[in-house]
Amino acid sequence: MTPDGSTSEVTDVDPESRSELDRQEQGLNGPGTEPAARRVTGPTIAAAPTKADARVEAKPGLGVKLEGLRAFYGQAEQVKGLDLEFRANEVTAIIGPSGCGKSTMVRCINRMHEEIPGARAEGRVLLDDLNVYDPAVDVVAVRRAVGMVFQKPNPFPTMSIFDNVAAGLRLSSRGRGDMRGKVETALRGAGLWSEVAERLDEPGAGLSGGQQQRLCIARSLAVDPEVILMDEPCSALDPVATLKIEELIDELKRRVTIVIVTHNMQQAARVADRTAFMLDGELVEIGATQEIFTNPSDSRTEEYVTGKFG
Amino acid sequence: MSANATSSDRLARFALSPARRRKDRFARAGVLAATAIALVPLALIVYYLLRKGLGAWSTSFFTTDPTGNTFFGGSSIGGIKSAILGTIEIVALASAIAVPIGIGVAVWLVEYGKSSWFAQTVRFFVDVLTGVPSIVFGLFVYIVLVVGTGSTYAGYKGSIALALLMLPVVIRSAEVILLLVPAALRESALALGAPRWRVIFNIVLPTALPGMVTGVLLAVARAAGETAPLLFTADATLKTNFNLGGFMNSLPVQIYKDVTSPTTAVVNRAWGAALTLVVMILLLNLVARLISRRSRLA
Amino acid sequence: MEAASLPGGDRGILSRSPLARLPDRALKYGLTALAALILALIVYFFVRLVGQARPAFAKEGVFGFVFGNDWNVSAEHFGALPLLLGTLITSALALLIGVPVAVATAIYATELCPLRLRAPLTVLVELLAAVPSVVYGLWGIFFLAPKLQGSEQWVADRLSFIPFIGGGLVTIPNYFITGLVLAIMILPIVSAISREVMSTVPADHKEAALGLGATRWEMIRIAVLPYCRSGIVGGAMLGLGRAIGETIAVTILIGDAPKLGDHLFAQGYSLAAVIANEFGEAQGVHRSALFAAGLVLFVLTLLVNGAARLLVLRAARGTSSAAGKQTSGPTTLLADATAGA
Repeated sequence: MTPDGSTSEVTDVDPESRSELDRQEQGLNGPGTEPAARRVTGPTIAAAPTKADARVEAKPGLGVKLEGLRAFYGQAEQVKGLDLEFRANEVTAIIGPSGCGKSTMVRCINRMHEEIPGARAEGRVLLDDLNVYDPAVDVVAVRRAVGMVFQKPNPFPTMSIFDNVAAGLRLSSRGRGDMRGKVETALRGAGLWSEVAERLDEPGAGLSGGQQQRLCIARSLAVDPEVILMDEPCSALDPVATLKIEELIDELKRRVTIVIVTHNMQQAARVADRTAFMLDGELVEIGATQEIFTNPSDSRTEEYVTGKFG
Repeated sequence: MSANATSSDRLARFALSPARRRKDRFARAGVLAATAIALVPLALIVYYLLRKGLGAWSTSFFTTDPTGNTFFGGSSIGGIKSAILGTIEIVALASAIAVPIGIGVAVWLVEYGKSSWFAQTVRFFVDVLTGVPSIVFGLFVYIVLVVGTGSTYAGYKGSIALALLMLPVVIRSAEVILLLVPAALRESALALGAPRWRVIFNIVLPTALPGMVTGVLLAVARAAGETAPLLFTADATLKTNFNLGGFMNSLPVQIYKDVTSPTTAVVNRAWGAALTLVVMILLLNLVARLISRRSRLA
Repeated sequence: MEAASLPGGDRGILSRSPLARLPDRALKYGLTALAALILALIVYFFVRLVGQARPAFAKEGVFGFVFGNDWNVSAEHFGALPLLLGTLITSALALLIGVPVAVATAIYATELCPLRLRAPLTVLVELLAAVPSVVYGLWGIFFLAPKLQGSEQWVADRLSFIPFIGGGLVTIPNYFITGLVLAIMILPIVSAISREVMSTVPADHKEAALGLGATRWEMIRIAVLPYCRSGIVGGAMLGLGRAIGETIAVTILIGDAPKLGDHLFAQGYSLAAVIANEFGEAQGVHRSALFAAGLVLFVLTLLVNGAARLLVLRAARGTSSAAGKQTSGPTTLLADATAGA
């Protein structure tokens, strides 16, 4: 749902995956169930310029399915058997109190979890129908297909803006053709092009926090992943920067499937199509964002969402 | 990648190319190989020291002085007693000079000088001292104490040269340790009304002691192995003596002199002396490490 | 514990008597004087050294001394160029061989090594620093040099078309073997500093690289090494400083040819070696020339070490802001504990 008002931008997406959305849009679920919260991303301060920048070419995405995912740090089980689906070309938010395992779960999707000494995971993570944990699958390929944006913006400090975006491309010979074009596309997709087009050679670390995070998004976009994981991407940013990125997410889902971990329930309400609530390493409930926030099925969800704990 | 056709096709574009995989393997193997190569000299040195050095060890080796006889072999060449004792004496005196001065300067830097321009200058000069080649220290001492006073070599002059060498190491390591003493500790003592000097002597120094001992032992280990500063300050005797005002022998100098000898027996003695010296240094290092583990600071 | 002394006469209630303040005063001024003494000492030595070197400079001129190409004791002509070049050649060799190996060890220890092996590996590399330089000389001349002579000759023959490297007869003491042993001697210090700088790379950057789908080596290449560049260079320069000042091992291994060796595998000389060898019997101008050589050596190490510390300190400071600790200490401490000649 964009301020332009048009839903035409989502027409190329698999209709089945947005049936829920459509229903809500058209108020078919009953009065008062329109995702009013999501209309908050209306005309906002810097909305116009970023909107013009942030154009991604739509593409049918891939969904991710977790089957019986368990994640361990040594002996301690942090994620206790998760079955969860992230639908293609949708934004799914993961909410829950600190320590519930949301970040751990997300890091299992691109197999970053196992980088920590002593950490391991069991179960299946299916990208479309390919199990990411299949021994025949190369972890490097998985990470290229599933991009990640981290909590603290982390552009490579020794590289220029251009080099940062190109970093992933340069790793593979297949990615090298038309570097400039690809970098520009990625920067446009991240809504950063107009701000940095004149200074691509400047160090990436010289940008503001919000710009750095968008740079990291551009960096992930450049390798054209199927999924982008975002682990509390706005928690270190000011509200204006946060808003810009939320608008971005709305655009990006036309091309990639997005999973966003967030502490901020209002953010989930603003950007996510579906929201999952996790508690203590388990999935409590997942559903349309609007449902989760206004009419959750589980009492624990209701307590969390109304602020009784967390 | 396995699994069915559609996802493989779609995801195939992400696959790791064989070239990249090869480069990764190759680079990692290369790094491992280089690390192994780095350890080879150590193994070889240890092996050689043991093989040739142990052969030279005997009771008479440790209990007789070298005779200066470099042409005939056997027992006529003597052992290395004066060298061992000389090293111990010279290094002991050097430590007695360098340690108090070094710790004193470190205390000043941390407690009084802090970041004043004067303290920064002192730190800079200490840095300068660190980089000075040890032979230049020998020259310094020679100029001041040998040429200047018209007298000849003496054990204590060698000690002074070694002390100069040890000084920057002691100062630096002591400073680091003293900085690690929590400010809160000092503050609570001061808040109780203790004067500065008591805080330093009764609180700060005892806490920092293990760490400083480690630093001192490492400096001592280094000084024990130095040859160049002793060449023209302490040199020129073979006899054991306990008079630091006179000539004194030392292990590194003895080894150095024996290295160039044409007599095999003498060279073997050099190996034996080398093994002795390395054992002494390793023991100092070991003790230093053990003490640092007991330190509550670092 | 000293309490505030009671008032006497018209002093305030909480003031201390001058006597009670004496130890504090004494300590403060005493230690300040000590620190000033260090400064004065260094300046004094430098001045005296220059003084002793002056006759040689007077005879040859400063330029003539440093760049004159003939060290001829009997003719009383002292041009230090062969010595200077010998020092520089062996040190350059030490860097060329030693730094890549040292950096590789550091990479292995911090990024690739199984955790349990990390500490033992570090200790082993550090052990190389415990071996005194005279033992390196001994081992080099009696074990390494003869063992390698055959291979050195092979290389010299194969590369005879390259001037200065090939084409000659390999002697046992020569530039190459000196450089090789120096490389081994500087390994611990360069490795230690590299290791320390590498271990401070924030996990953030490494994760960013891995998250993009980089292989382990690619991650090291784009996230670790660029970050550590100035620290590693600083470490390498400290190694260089050590190699330049190294005396005894070089004296034993380089030979004592008073002119520039014809090729890499020939004998040569170095600034430090000439002092060690000739000082004992030197008289008059000869002796002064040796002091002058010492001065040149001193200035050289000063420059190299000064630049090195700037680099290492800058690298350490840049990474210490997160840690909040003064890290100029530990990094330079590492350098101190293992540097020397």
